[in-house]
Amino acid sequence: MTSFAEAQRWWGAAETILLRGGHLIDPAAGIDEPQDIFLRRGHIEAIAGRIGRDADLRVELEGLCIAPGFGDIHVHLREPGGEDAETIESGSAAAARGGFTRIACMPNTEPPIDTRGLVEFVLRRAQSAGAAEVFPVAASTKRRAGDELTEMQELREAGVLAVSDDGSPVRDARVMRRVLEYALTWDLLVISHAEEPSLSAGGVMHEGYWSTVLGLEGIPAAAESVAIARDLRLAELTGGRLHIAHVSTHEGVELIRGAKERGVAVTAETAPHYLALTDESLRTFDSVYRVNPPLRSAADREALIAGLRDGTLDCIASDHAPHTDVAKDQELEAAPPGMIGMETTLGVVCEILHHREGFSLRDLVRLCATRPAEIIGWDPGRVRMGGAAHLTVFAPDQEWEVDPSAFASRARNCPFRTWRLRGRSRLTVCGGRLTHQEDVEFCPSERLLTQTA
Amino acid sequence: MEHLLGIEDLTTEQILTVLDTARSFREVLDRPIKKVPALRGVTVCNAFFEPSTRTRVSFELAEKRLSADTVNFSVSQSSVTKGETLRDTIQNIEAMQVDVVVVRHWAAGVPRYLARCLRARIVNAGDGQHEHPTQALLDLFTIREKKGRIAGLKVAILGDVRHSRVARSNIWGLTKLGAEVSLVAPRTLLPVEVERMGVRVVHDLRDGLRDADVVYLLRLQRERQRGGFLPSLREYAMTYGLDRTRLAWATADALVMHPGPMNRGVEIQPDLADGPRAVILQQVSNGVAVRMAALYLVSGGAPPEPATEPTLLSAAHPAAR
Repeated sequence: MTSFAEAQRWWGAAETILLRGGHLIDPAAGIDEPQDIFLRRGHIEAIAGRIGRDADLRVELEGLCIAPGFGDIHVHLREPGGEDAETIESGSAAAARGGFTRIACMPNTEPPIDTRGLVEFVLRRAQSAGAAEVFPVAASTKRRAGDELTEMQELREAGVLAVSDDGSPVRDARVMRRVLEYALTWDLLVISHAEEPSLSAGGVMHEGYWSTVLGLEGIPAAAESVAIARDLRLAELTGGRLHIAHVSTHEGVELIRGAKERGVAVTAETAPHYLALTDESLRTFDSVYRVNPPLRSAADREALIAGLRDGTLDCIASDHAPHTDVAKDQELEAAPPGMIGMETTLGVVCEILHHREGFSLRDLVRLCATRPAEIIGWDPGRVRMGGAAHLTVFAPDQEWEVDPSAFASRARNCPFRTWRLRGRSRLTVCGGRLTHQEDVEFCPSERLLTQTA
Repeated sequence: MEHLLGIEDLTTEQILTVLDTARSFREVLDRPIKKVPALRGVTVCNAFFEPSTRTRVSFELAEKRLSADTVNFSVSQSSVTKGETLRDTIQNIEAMQVDVVVVRHWAAGVPRYLARCLRARIVNAGDGQHEHPTQALLDLFTIREKKGRIAGLKVAILGDVRHSRVARSNIWGLTKLGAEVSLVAPRTLLPVEVERMGVRVVHDLRDGLRDADVVYLLRLQRERQRGGFLPSLREYAMTYGLDRTRLAWATADALVMHPGPMNRGVEIQPDLADGPRAVILQQVSNGVAVRMAALYLVSGGAPPEPATEPTLLSAAHPAAR
């Protein structure tokens, strides 16, 4: 099989590329059928059932699905300040491996991303890494301290699409109100880390039967729902564009469902680990299962799946949160919360939602590509003629075993170690460039071979 | 039994084995020379990451009575304060050829964590609010000694269940052995969904004490008022404190138990604590025998043959290395 380096060399040198025989799934365009795609210098020139034209490079995608590039609107890249856990380079490489072409990274770095200079720093680093398009989410308040607004007009000018104090909630309701109002002025999305800190303080896991048995301090579901209720009402008050991050509870889903019925402009995400794991995992006292919001009960898990099914929850985001082994290898109560996810999202979502819960592949693409792009304002969230190609090619039935030691991410805090998942990313095209390929057949023309020899 | 991490993990048979083994050791403690060579050559490290006097002394005595070599390690003298990780600290101790680690730690789950990363056998001497298995075993031992059985007894556990590892271990132990357990406390001192552990929850003291064969009091820490769990210790003492009148609501020969240290005048009136129904000091004495049994069994010792002179009292132990 072709190595990634060789494939990348051919891809870069080819004037024309034919992606042949794949099954294109593009919910926004209403396509769900075998389609060939013809690229010229990374831009889509033709999409058709069968394209007979010769190309410099032919890529055989028989048996694989092609989707608009997957987007992850909630990741932590830890740079600047936490480079021992992850960097923009290693994080974008993890994104590409996991099938993502665009990611939005959260501002809880050290220092926090709250000025134009820091936004530009992230963009520059991402550009030189070149594995994924990285969109920094800027802090909504200076230093994420929850007091004063950030300079959102300037942030918007620098390329910011969303603001958030993620990692912590905006404690003060009046400040949150101003954030929603001011962000609306500059058409920025406000991502809410919905947590009432006075209810979650000291907690390490979901409050329920298992926290009782294990004697661990619990975080009640109400710590999330109280905050969601507040922010929904503030969105109603202000008309701001609100997005609720990492919804983990049954109550949260109910509140968002009600708000959507009332016509509130709100969107919401949940993360793969809430669909695959429950609070019972903490029985092991293994800190890899410590995450915030915490893994919830089996009933919450069911409610999240129902919320994804009926559209109450709009999309999946990994909340990829890298930590070093040293930080995680501690008493559960001392270890930081968070788990990595970009390299397992596709597998977990395919396994749980598609294979076990009966979601169609179309649903999956909607949750991982179409809706994330629509929510944050990426263009396009679809496979579009003329545009630089953003494509995710995956094998929905391919079974693989999760081995974090092989990840591109620097961190190893993955809760799915040794899981067998069906669904694997096989080829990623970001802005017309090849950023990931595994076991795909590349057929270069004689001309291309000579040229790259 | 490879480790003793919690009562939740134990089968009914394993619990009974510990209690039976403890009975053999209890006899040893009544002899003029209270020492057997059962763990000669075995090295036990008492690693205490949280202050403790009585549990540590009880373990140390148990170890000495078994002729084990012991080293003590407590947080004030340790390198934990120097930024060393728990794993490094403990692996260093193990590298000195320790066979058994008795661990007390402020964080729940540490004994399980150590069992995962060490070769030594682990005995949990209390981890956070999770479990305190040797305390529950000595309580079960004491109840069985006084009442002749555990199955069918009505046991009322009074007080701060939420923050109590003793309560959790006792709930597992008592229910596994067939007792009916009632928890009596205000809602703020009970953990959520605790009924699912197989117990009855009661808020009214009279109702909770009705027909109780055992009244088990938990220590109420004074911080609970500041933590917002209680309006005042005064109101707690008035509503849930045990005195003579209230004890009369239980059966006539109900035992009064307490894991110590007691807050006289809060959860228990002093005259009751020193009265004939209290078995609080017997609990302490039995603690040594039960801990001897736990140490002996995790070190690979065989339980005693029924009704014979214990064979475990001969020669040096094979686990010695």
